[in-house]
Amino acid sequence: MKRRTFLGGAMAVAVVGQGSRALAQQPPIKIGMSMPQTGGLAGGGKASLLGIEIWRDDINAKGGLLGRKVELVVYDDKSSASETPAIYAKLVDVDKVDLLFAPYATVPTAPIMPFVKQRGLLLMGNFSFQVNSKVGHDMWFNNAPWGPADSWAASFLDLAQKAGGKNMALLTADQEFAQNLALTARDVAKQRNIPVVFDQSYPPNTVEFASIIRALKAAKPDIVYVASYPPDSAGILRAVNEIGIGDDVKIFGGGMVGLQFAAVMSNLGSLLNGVVNYNTWLPEPSMYFDGTKEFFEKYTKRAIEAKVDPLGYYLAPFGYAMGQMIEAAVGATKSLDQKGIAKYLRENEHKTIVGPIAFSADGERKETATLQAQFRGVKDKDIEQFRSSGKQVILFPDKLKTGNLIVPFEAARK
Amino acid sequence: MFSMDLLLGAVVLGVLLGCFYAAVSVGLSVSFGLLDVPHVAHPAFLVLASYGVYQLNESYDIDPLLAGLAITPLFFLFGLLAYRVYYETFERRGSDAGVRGIAFFFGIAFIIEVLIILQFGVDQRSVSATYIGKSWRFGEFRIPIRQLVAFAVALALTVLLAVYLSKTFMGRAIRAVAQDEEALRLMGANPVRIKQFAFGIATAVLGIAGALLIIVAPVEPTLDRAYIGRTFCVVVMAGLGSISGTLIAAIILGVAESIVLTMFGASWAPAISFAMLLGVLAVRPQGLLGR
Repeated sequence: MKRRTFLGGAMAVAVVGQGSRALAQQPPIKIGMSMPQTGGLAGGGKASLLGIEIWRDDINAKGGLLGRKVELVVYDDKSSASETPAIYAKLVDVDKVDLLFAPYATVPTAPIMPFVKQRGLLLMGNFSFQVNSKVGHDMWFNNAPWGPADSWAASFLDLAQKAGGKNMALLTADQEFAQNLALTARDVAKQRNIPVVFDQSYPPNTVEFASIIRALKAAKPDIVYVASYPPDSAGILRAVNEIGIGDDVKIFGGGMVGLQFAAVMSNLGSLLNGVVNYNTWLPEPSMYFDGTKEFFEKYTKRAIEAKVDPLGYYLAPFGYAMGQMIEAAVGATKSLDQKGIAKYLRENEHKTIVGPIAFSADGERKETATLQAQFRGVKDKDIEQFRSSGKQVILFPDKLKTGNLIVPFEAARK
Repeated sequence: MFSMDLLLGAVVLGVLLGCFYAAVSVGLSVSFGLLDVPHVAHPAFLVLASYGVYQLNESYDIDPLLAGLAITPLFFLFGLLAYRVYYETFERRGSDAGVRGIAFFFGIAFIIEVLIILQFGVDQRSVSATYIGKSWRFGEFRIPIRQLVAFAVALALTVLLAVYLSKTFMGRAIRAVAQDEEALRLMGANPVRIKQFAFGIATAVLGIAGALLIIVAPVEPTLDRAYIGRTFCVVVMAGLGSISGTLIAAIILGVAESIVLTMFGASWAPAISFAMLLGVLAVRPQGLLGR
């Protein structure tokens, strides 16, 4: 080897070595969040976090964001609204994170909205419902498919009216999320002249629903809209099965939180049949986009070790999609400037594993992609059955529809 | 809209619910009511028992009530141990007064909650049995069979415990230690051992109560928080240490809750329950059947 060639080669190795050392020495991009890992919202919080972690691992395997590794800084907010303001202040002022993700659900998110607005920080929302409607923060982007506030109740009542429903009963948990749903349901019913013949809220920790269901049945409604939280959803359906709900009821469900989670679905088994309820992702043929299948392959493996929801349909892919949107925005703007990222997110449509996402001015989806689906042919004690299509037939939105509503509710239960 | 049928139904369901409340409170009536132990971990022990029942039902397909019976001896031993630790660390040193004793049991409750989360995760768990999910029909009126089962077992449990405490030698010794510990000591008996045994009994009944808890509704690790108010409300309203009072107070609470849920709206139910407690205490500060 000539001396010049050897020197040249040695220098090249040295330069490359220095370059890679410089990349490795760059600090990671820190994304901070709280997540319910204990308390009532923990089941959802853990699944959501696993979705985000899978995105982190995927992006880091591809070389990170802007050539820097992505690191998640996560604290448990115990499902409590009182914990999150202090956690987010710490994330910003002590941990100095670069970007913020919101915790799963409305209750822990609502109290941090004034803080992020005051500080002018970008916040990627994680399945909150209408937390920005009064705050009006222009750097808030919700990953949930809810869309306009009234679309949730409107889609359910559309189905109900088409099935011949003329009056409505409303059963609601005394929780912010459920109350927001009930509020929009009352408004939509009023606009359409649907009389509300039963309207009751029940407090958290209600043990027995038999008495409430008896009172509801006595009102003889033909549309029953239920906005409940996970611990109650199971109790309500059990009571409906035991007490009966009446032959007049055309459609039952709408906003029952809990029926999206594998453990609850498996516990309830055949009691679910006939219920029409909201959902976000289901293993129906219309729901697969680029990367969806691969994501669920990874999720299914990791969910077992992490002891989280083995199906993970409801939240996990949207946690991943939240990361994908940040990946696209940071990649396009080539910076971590939060105003620039927010502008990009607002002005573009984003390809994700849960389909294309575009935001309106309030940071919610331009168009609702919230599914209304009817449980069919569900057997007892079998989680695996929910992995196949046809167990939750999508009735709304039209472009994702995979079947028609079976009425009345009692017939659909058989 | 008033309807006699609805009111009657509410009363029937309320009595069933009340008996269930008695079953989950009766252990506390012994530990808090008779022994003066500020046992705020009582509902956490209860939830732990229902997870034990869940495990046996899930793994070996054992009926939940039999599973509850099977874990009762274990819970008796657990109760003996818990009281011994409490006695050695607090009561013996005289540092159990005020909030310190409560802090000990709060600590235990949190530890139990975390252990359940680590072992079972945060999801709801329920059991399967032939009597869950079905109902008995009387014309138009239907009663969930799981509630009838809970009613019968709860009634039997409460009556058995009341008979045990009033008719057996050990039961009378437990009552004696509650009345005058010093007098018992002067008679040569060891009040600490009697209290420890009584705490064991109070914890053992949670085996069955835990089975009823998971039969009536699914359980999750933090469910104890929902029962802490109700169980203490029942025990205080009953009159501290009165087992038959516990049954009566629990039925009153169950019926009141059920009528309010059916006739006036669910939001009022917790307020009415605690208003009743305050009302009873205002008229009879010693509780319904307290001395």
